[in-house]
Amino acid sequence: MTIDKIQEEIIDEFSMFDDWMQRYEYMIDLGKSLPLIEQEFKTDDHIIKGCQSKVWVHAKLQEDKLVFTADSDAIITKGIIAILIRVFSNQKPQDIIDANTNFIDEIGLKEHLSPTRANGLVSMIKQLKLYAVAYQTQLN
Amino acid sequence: MIDVTTIRKDFPILNREVNGKPLVYFDNAATSQTPQQVIDVIVEYYSSYNANIHRGVHALSQEATDKYEQARITIQKHFNIAKSHEVVFTSGTTHSINMVANGFGALLSAGDEIIVSALEHHSNIVPWQMLCERTGAILKVIPMNLEGELVMEKYQELLSDKTKLVFCNHVSNALGTVNPIETIIKEAHKVGAAVLIDGAQAAPHIKADMQALDVDFYTVSAHKVCGPTGVGMLYGKEEWLKKLPPYQGGGEMIAEVTFEKTTYADLPHKFEAGTPNICGGIAFGAALDYMNTIGFKAIATYEEELLEYATEQLLSINGLKIYGTSKKKTSVISFNIDNLHPYDIGSILDKLGIAVRTGHHCAQPIMEFFKIPGTVRASFSFYNTKEEIDTLVAGVERARNMLL
Ligand SMILES: Cc1ncc(COP(=O)(O)O)c(C=O)c1O
Repeated sequence: MTIDKIQEEIIDEFSMFDDWMQRYEYMIDLGKSLPLIEQEFKTDDHIIKGCQSKVWVHAKLQEDKLVFTADSDAIITKGIIAILIRVFSNQKPQDIIDANTNFIDEIGLKEHLSPTRANGLVSMIKQLKLYAVAYQTQLN
Repeated sequence: MIDVTTIRKDFPILNREVNGKPLVYFDNAATSQTPQQVIDVIVEYYSSYNANIHRGVHALSQEATDKYEQARITIQKHFNIAKSHEVVFTSGTTHSINMVANGFGALLSAGDEIIVSALEHHSNIVPWQMLCERTGAILKVIPMNLEGELVMEKYQELLSDKTKLVFCNHVSNALGTVNPIETIIKEAHKVGAAVLIDGAQAAPHIKADMQALDVDFYTVSAHKVCGPTGVGMLYGKEEWLKKLPPYQGGGEMIAEVTFEKTTYADLPHKFEAGTPNICGGIAFGAALDYMNTIGFKAIATYEEELLEYATEQLLSINGLKIYGTSKKKTSVISFNIDNLHPYDIGSILDKLGIAVRTGHHCAQPIMEFFKIPGTVRASFSFYNTKEEIDTLVAGVERARNMLL
């Protein structure tokens, strides 16, 4: 599925919730089901700065697609990562670089996160895109 | 006796809703809310006598100067300070601490020792580290025990004739522990060391008596005692304030300036360079007046009741652990539930309109001591109620059920 299509799906899912408690519950469930990062990648050089909770991200290239795994010590943060991974993982690096991130605004994620978490979200997206840039260079 | 229903009417912000729920404000240790009486003083300042102080010949300047100096006297009386010029207006505790740390730069030499407590706000450890780097002095730390209390025997061992300065907070912001500052001060003086007490967290709960404590320096931030942000005080004994060099150069702090030499103004102006937060200083005085009208005894009794009730109720939640269990503490509860991240709990509470603090509370060494990433901290003020605590407890239960 294309990044745009997945984003539309997520927007649809979030529009079904009446209030933010339900959205949180959903993100917590997503967080719980996130495939974990391998222990060997849970090191300081995989930590994303700008989060009150810790976030580790690892990227690897499978054929021409970039696969992300990630983890966090906070579950709601994990839920956010799960959403980002659903959008960006298993995509071509160039598509990740080109992807817009409107869905964040459309599902109102940012405004409903605490300022530190919203900053964390921005740095997470930045980090995923940076990985994509790095691997794209490698592919060229 | 506290009539909390009446008191709450003084605080317009307590009527607002957050995320569609009535606000429950339990982040009082970070900053207190402002009563209408203080808001009125701020509005009055800007609507009727805003002017620069200590320099104008005109009426407004005189009026503003008088009010500002009156506020200094209110602060002086509140803390039972011997002389009004021992009250230095600052931008808050951080500024006050830096002023003393900077001043001691001129008085210390290599090998001198500074003692700080393990319970410090970490931003307050930094000025001492900087001072040590600059002077070659050595930083020693009073350790804490599992209750979150300072180990006083270790303090005794650290003290020696090399000790030049002891720095400790009166009340810990992360755990609420009330430290035995009377003993800390007395023992430090026996070896000839000066003592700086950070009163930022104590001031909303305890009326500290500077002369009885015989402390050398004491700091307060107005925003923790129902006043505005960005203003506070440094209390310093006259002899110490005379000894310390000024912190900043500028207007207000000089007596005479030529290109060859400047003579400094008398105390406290030597430490008050530039146009101060005039309105803030006046409002700081009004805030102390407000709290004194309610009365610190009544406040302490009521807050203790809230603390006891909240402790009991929260402990009934499965897996909840409280950090900081000293018998002497202010109305602050730092807690975690099992391995849940405090940030997750805080985020859900926020959705329920409950404001708490999560994280390391600028006290990373304390979190390292307990080997936790942080805590959820609920801090209660005299305008909070038991019903609000019930809301918190229900919220924490709900968060627990969602997250586990
Ligand atoms: C114990 C303690 N010291 C110092 C500070 C810093 O105060 P301010 O930010 O007003 O300078 C705080 C505030 O959080 C505090 O709790």
